[in-house]
Amino acid sequence: MSILVKPNTKVLVQGITGSFGARHAQLSIDYGTQIVAGVTPGKGGQFFEHGGKKVPIFDTVAEAMKQTGATASAVFVPPPFAADAILEGADAGLDLVVAITEGIPVRDMIRVKRAMQGNTKTRLIGPNCPGIVTPGEGKDSHGGCRIGIAPGYIHKKGNIGVVSRSGTLTYEAVWQLTSRGVGQSTCVGIGGDPVNGTSHLDVIKLFNDDPETTGIIMIGEIGGSAEEEAAEWIKANCKKPVAGFIAGSTAPPGRRMGHAGAIVSGGKGTAAAKIAAFKDAGIGIAVTPSEMADTLLKMM
Amino acid sequence: MNIHEYQAKQLLAQYGVAVPAGAACKTVAEAKDAAEKIFAAGHKLAVVKSQIHAGGRGKGTFKHGFQGGVKLAKTAADCVTSAENMLGKTLVTKQTGAEGRVVGTILVAAAEDIKKEFYLAVLLDRAVSKPLIMASTEGGVDIEEVAEKHPEKIVKEHIDPLIGFKDFNGWKIASALGLSGDLAKQAVKLVGAVYKTWWECDAAMVEINPLCICVGPDGKEKLIAVDAKIGLDDNALYRHPDIQAMRDLAEEAPLEIEASKYALNYIKLDGSIACLVNGAGLAMATMDIVQHFGAMPANFLDVGGGASKEQVTAAFKIILSDPNVKGILVNIFGGIMDCNVIATGIVAAVKETGLKLPLVVRLEGNNVVAGKKTLAESGVAIINGDTMSDAAQKIVKAVGK
Repeated sequence: MSILVKPNTKVLVQGITGSFGARHAQLSIDYGTQIVAGVTPGKGGQFFEHGGKKVPIFDTVAEAMKQTGATASAVFVPPPFAADAILEGADAGLDLVVAITEGIPVRDMIRVKRAMQGNTKTRLIGPNCPGIVTPGEGKDSHGGCRIGIAPGYIHKKGNIGVVSRSGTLTYEAVWQLTSRGVGQSTCVGIGGDPVNGTSHLDVIKLFNDDPETTGIIMIGEIGGSAEEEAAEWIKANCKKPVAGFIAGSTAPPGRRMGHAGAIVSGGKGTAAAKIAAFKDAGIGIAVTPSEMADTLLKMM
Repeated sequence: MNIHEYQAKQLLAQYGVAVPAGAACKTVAEAKDAAEKIFAAGHKLAVVKSQIHAGGRGKGTFKHGFQGGVKLAKTAADCVTSAENMLGKTLVTKQTGAEGRVVGTILVAAAEDIKKEFYLAVLLDRAVSKPLIMASTEGGVDIEEVAEKHPEKIVKEHIDPLIGFKDFNGWKIASALGLSGDLAKQAVKLVGAVYKTWWECDAAMVEINPLCICVGPDGKEKLIAVDAKIGLDDNALYRHPDIQAMRDLAEEAPLEIEASKYALNYIKLDGSIACLVNGAGLAMATMDIVQHFGAMPANFLDVGGGASKEQVTAAFKIILSDPNVKGILVNIFGGIMDCNVIATGIVAAVKETGLKLPLVVRLEGNNVVAGKKTLAESGVAIINGDTMSDAAQKIVKAVGK
């Protein structure tokens, strides 16, 4: 099992005709993901062709869903139009919208988040995230569902859930697991922006309820208080071992460390406070990022 | 992006927030002119304020010995003396570091007769993803200290982003601040205008500290934004060419400006181990692991997801122009990108820059075997790191020698 997406989940790509969207649609098709449609307003009726597959392109998400049965989308639309694309996915009633786009203005996301409040049908992951991977059973986890930009081959089907704000740090954790012969149920990158659709806690709850997930790696970073909230819930409710790492102990206050949300401001959002919350919740602390997998495996 | 106080006040004034009369001046002559206008208008006192992005200006000291980056003046001649001692001079405050900042602009403004000081700010409350207006009766002081010692003295009002600011939001704040009558009405209008500035300018934060009840020459009480600070959302600057034009490159580290030309995300720090990493999370984690093994990182550097040979070379040059750097740690997790392309880029950069410092490279991911082979056969002195931990220990050791 897995959370959010399964190998047979039908995926559409919003922005499939842009170079970034096209490149990763190709990689997802190569990975064996069911990419069934593309959406680019004005290009409906055309086809996206790759590896012998002809993926139909539609003007709207609603039409793409109707014609292909897609239930999830990957958003690669450029920042000025990305909020619109997310809202279109929610309006059409997708189960899952994964916004990969980096650089969406905060004001746009504040409105999207508020507009989606109370929407129990559509879950948003991201923006500014690597996406989500549920590994498949084939060689190098081929045949899985890859929505986003993560390298598919580093995964292995198994029972560890991984949730992180950062892309490369997720890959690092996944690779550590796979290199030790340990597979993953689902890996979720929730994104590095200050306003995002799905929090660490949301994903932790899903992993906790997933019978096939037996352990969790949670990777956080400086800024905000999402890690502390997740830790508090884990302390009271989580039935599964959780190991964690927080990036940014050495980051100077008041400076954004690459991610729009990775900033210590007004003494809030420090790595020290997050690590203390993890410890208090019984989460295994990886002292260095090299020990994320080993820290969890020791607990299991 | 941050802007200067005078620029923040210009934006606020456009939205109807009252600010002290004054002018931004780049020369002593301009300052003299501005001061004369202020005294001619009947003000008894003026203030000359150094415009730098760092805080603590009032208690700062200029390198040539002049005390205070903010000075009161009773006459236009006093203003000129301050202007002469500030413009083109280097101001050191608790936030600038020992190197200080050169003052290129001063704000010459009327010094108001202040009766009471408040704090007012608009920012994003990340916990609920909504705009938050924060106000306090404790103005003119460090608000973080107030938040810690007297949280009850901070009023918080969330705004529904789909509806926007409504007068009732303003009345709740005015009432919590103990304002009534005409001052309360002024506060409702002012808070609404500050919120509008935040929203329409795509600000990350608007802070007015202090917001003051001032007594005008006519004896009437008026709410005035005596100091103001605005930070902008970098992602939204494309919508605001007028605000983009306010960028002051003199306030930014030259190496960071150079890095941004190559789409490199570089932040200079004080340590000796330079880091070159792909991805922001991994870049932070690499800094952390360097510290864990006993050294300090010289920088944060994210070369992005698709680092090209040109970017890697530019990154090496930027790193090497920091005189504190004693060794370089490259940490690349090549998920999609080809490790061999990165390896080729590293070898080319080392040759082009004539690197003499110890260099540890940790490569992992796509086509890593070919990448490591390229490094090993390059004839360039590169220490191979197998894991992040191994690589960090090796560079710390190499530099410690």
